[in-house]
Amino acid sequence: MTVSDTSRLVLDEPYARPILVDGARDLASITDRVCGVVERPTPPRAWYVAITITSCLTLMLFAMVGYLIATGVGVWGNNSPAFWGWDIVNFVFWVGIAHAGTLISAILFLLRQKWRTSINRAAEAMTLFAVCCAGLYPAVHVGRVWVAYWLFPVPNQMQMWPNFRSPLLWDVFAVSTYATVSLLFWYMGLLPDLATLRDRATSGLKRGLYGFFALGWCGSARHWQRFERAYLILAALATPLVLSVHSVVSFDFAVSQVPGWHTTIFPPYFVAGAIFSGFGMVVTTMVPARELFGLKELITLRHLENMNKVILATGSIVGLAYATEFFIAWYGGNPYERFVFLNRALGPYWWAYWLMIFCNVVAPQFLWIKKIRTNLLFMFVISIFVNIGMWLERFVIVVTSLTRDYIPSSWGYFKPTAVDVCTFVGTIGLFLTLFLLFCRFLPMVAIAEVKTILPAAHGHGAHGKHGGEGRPGREVSHG
Amino acid sequence: MSATHSEVPTLHGMMAEFADERSLIAGIERAKADGFTDMEAYTPVPSHDVIHALGVKNRFAALVFCGGLLGSCAGFALQYMVSVELYPVNIGGRPLNSWPAFIVIVFECTILFAALTAVIGMLFLNGLPQPYHPVFNVPQFARASQDRYFLVVHASDPKFDARTTRERLAAAGPLSVAEVQN
Repeated sequence: MTVSDTSRLVLDEPYARPILVDGARDLASITDRVCGVVERPTPPRAWYVAITITSCLTLMLFAMVGYLIATGVGVWGNNSPAFWGWDIVNFVFWVGIAHAGTLISAILFLLRQKWRTSINRAAEAMTLFAVCCAGLYPAVHVGRVWVAYWLFPVPNQMQMWPNFRSPLLWDVFAVSTYATVSLLFWYMGLLPDLATLRDRATSGLKRGLYGFFALGWCGSARHWQRFERAYLILAALATPLVLSVHSVVSFDFAVSQVPGWHTTIFPPYFVAGAIFSGFGMVVTTMVPARELFGLKELITLRHLENMNKVILATGSIVGLAYATEFFIAWYGGNPYERFVFLNRALGPYWWAYWLMIFCNVVAPQFLWIKKIRTNLLFMFVISIFVNIGMWLERFVIVVTSLTRDYIPSSWGYFKPTAVDVCTFVGTIGLFLTLFLLFCRFLPMVAIAEVKTILPAAHGHGAHGKHGGEGRPGREVSHG
Repeated sequence: MSATHSEVPTLHGMMAEFADERSLIAGIERAKADGFTDMEAYTPVPSHDVIHALGVKNRFAALVFCGGLLGSCAGFALQYMVSVELYPVNIGGRPLNSWPAFIVIVFECTILFAALTAVIGMLFLNGLPQPYHPVFNVPQFARASQDRYFLVVHASDPKFDARTTRERLAAAGPLSVAEVQN
């Protein structure tokens, strides 16, 4: 604890090099610590237990998707008037989860938040896995998946082309661009660490595999120089991208004429919610993962506390957005809009609405208290609330508006089927399976990046003249 | 391979191993003072001081900008061609070239092309993937990706001579000096 006490003192000096990792203090020990997770002959027993459960859930997902494709979307609860059901709710939920990774890797990078180096790799991996889960839904909810290529502008025998004026098509481009750029960002950051694993590998198979993916990286100054430029540029590109993705997802709703959806607040409100839910998921997975793999010195309590502060801030923004929606519904004077919001809070889905308010608005407020914010159990519980709350938010938005729009004769009540539930639980299984495999076979912490925040990396002390330097992407300072 | 041509493998250069960044930079400065120009440093972490000492520069950002520009043009051209030429649909008499509706995809294509240019350009300009590089022939180089810093004076340097270069590098106080065989 003395380490973090002193680090806090150091932190108050704006240009000092803060101590962001506990314990391990030199390049070799950081390398050993992170590579050790991958290199140990067998993973912890808990890993086996976890992956057994999650891979069973993944198999269930495959079974459900197979059943859906063989039978049709009628196996889901989607039916008039709610033709969008859990498929869209889950799609938006998973895309939202994905946002934390890019926020940590790109926006915090541009803002020079060096503490991100311990968590960015795992968070970026989560982005990819969440996008996999998200991408599944639009792919299968089209019903006839064998014509899913109609989503893309490819020449076909019918001479038909997609409608570029539709937000649904914007979404195809936004999500596929996001998936591609996230993969590039993640893989590029991995290159030097794959080289480290290659150089440490004891068996020919490992050396071959890591070597293949390391692409022959040798860490020359010229390589690093281009790497850093590319990394900085990629961060600058990913920043507007991450803000745009959930904005575009929100256009799916906002461009329609459905009361409760047709509002201009949707893009910023969706983005804040996405970051909120993404950080919730990062805390949910990192709290057990750092215990399981012995990375407590790299992913310190301070990292978790910082993430909790982001959750608190974005959670408050989300709460403000809920209040603004209500105010505008009243102030705007549109009777349908007013009805939708009264219906959300007092109608048949009142339980979902108030549970959402509790999870998203009330629960994160406990993070104002430092004792709670730095307590692993409390933060874990709150992060679970955030996950549930953000899922409910999408459920409330999608379902309340669709089931009670303009004409009371076409009102209805949406009920999910067992297939809906099993598919969603299956995607959680897929997400966690991929994450567990990632933890076991790839460096969970960005080794080269963490090394740059060590004073030892630079051969001069913590208060050297290049206090702000030593991270990928920083400009070469011409003195 | 090359061993068929001669018994003695050709030399790639002379490698000095340093314990930290500061001694590597001192080594680079000393080698520069000795008149060597064709050098390369290998570090476990990106180091601006090393890059600066070696005087490495490039115009990478301009390349990515071109990629992004190409992306926006391609994105707009795709939507224009589809909406105006290939599949014109009259919706309420609105113009076929409804460009405000195209902005989102133009933006996405810009980012996509620029990001691909950044990563593929970085790999291409760095000569990656490279299946073989002589520096890996030196056993201690395995630590270049972990905790050691290396300086290689290439054999192509006009002032290179195996014996004197070794002496010059050894004078900088490295942990070890080794010949790098091709």
